[in-house]
Amino acid sequence: MSRLLLFTSAISILLFLVVLFSVRRSQIRAEYSVGWLIASVALFALSRSSWLLDRSARFLHIDQPPVVLLLGLFFVFLLLFFWASILISRLRDDTVALVQRIAILEYHINHSIQYGPRSKET
Amino acid sequence: MNGSRSLLVIVPALNEAGAIAGVVESIHRELPHVPVLVIDDCSTDATVELAKKAGADVVSLPRHLGLGGCVQTGYKLAYELGFDYVVRVDGDGQHDARDIPRIYARLVESGAHMVIGSRFVEQNGQRTTPMRGIGIALFRLLLRVVLGKPVHDPTSGFVGVNRTALQVFSRTFPLEYPEIEALVVLQRRRFRFEEVPCRMHPRRTGRSTITGFRSIYYLIHVLLGIVVNVLKYDARSNRPPENV
Repeated sequence: MSRLLLFTSAISILLFLVVLFSVRRSQIRAEYSVGWLIASVALFALSRSSWLLDRSARFLHIDQPPVVLLLGLFFVFLLLFFWASILISRLRDDTVALVQRIAILEYHINHSIQYGPRSKET
Repeated sequence: MNGSRSLLVIVPALNEAGAIAGVVESIHRELPHVPVLVIDDCSTDATVELAKKAGADVVSLPRHLGLGGCVQTGYKLAYELGFDYVVRVDGDGQHDARDIPRIYARLVESGAHMVIGSRFVEQNGQRTTPMRGIGIALFRLLLRVVLGKPVHDPTSGFVGVNRTALQVFSRTFPLEYPEIEALVVLQRRRFRFEEVPCRMHPRRTGRSTITGFRSIYYLIHVLLGIVVNVLKYDARSNRPPENV
């Protein structure tokens, strides 16, 4: 068990550092890194505190405390992926609206070049 | 586009170089004074050039958006330009331009917000593939419950809308497979739609995108879209009606 906890501690530190470096290199925006940083800190705290892990396992009626760790990980990543899906959906809507606006503006510009500015009543 | 402000024909098109010129010319032959707007969904062939050459105005999307995004661009522009009625005709040559006046006349006379050119409203011998037939039958059954009235051809892309529906569709329009969801959007707003019989030809070029596994995706996507729209608009039913 201690080897597993040591491994997850190392993974959590690695995740924390990768996220930090990614923010520094502008590969991920700071506001979107918050979820990942919280997840890595929570993972580290759970792996380093056997008291917390045991209490959580007892509370959830789980015989093997490391299972709590995996369960926690699963839900954290599930939440993060869901959050990412929300962001992607929003971005998709924005992209569609922008592409449509560009096409319509380009149409108006081409029309103005071809026929002169459109009068108000047309 | 300086003709009548009353009617605009929009033609969504993606790589329809083999059919687009014929489609535009047939519309001009039938309705010489009605402007035709081709919305090009980022084609990689000569669709744009051929459409322009045939006498259509063209809006070119800089990125591929899919059918719904493409059609909505036409609706947005038509609304901005002040058109009262818009008829959508597919760019693959399946729809017969001779049916456009019938759709337009029904829109004007009935005051319906949407008129669907239907293959099946009369038993006129129109055929479709068995799989598509099963899908249409399933949607008919479901829509009869959701809409409270029968729809003979819910997947038809040959539709006309008035300015009120145009305003709604400028703001809200399904991005993928829009025909059925658009009906639900209108019905939940207590808008009226009607069907008129029309002819359907085999597509001149290309092939349907809804084949094989995509037809399963289509089925799930549209079913989900119907449920989501019903839930969305039913949740708003207690609010005061929108000013449209």
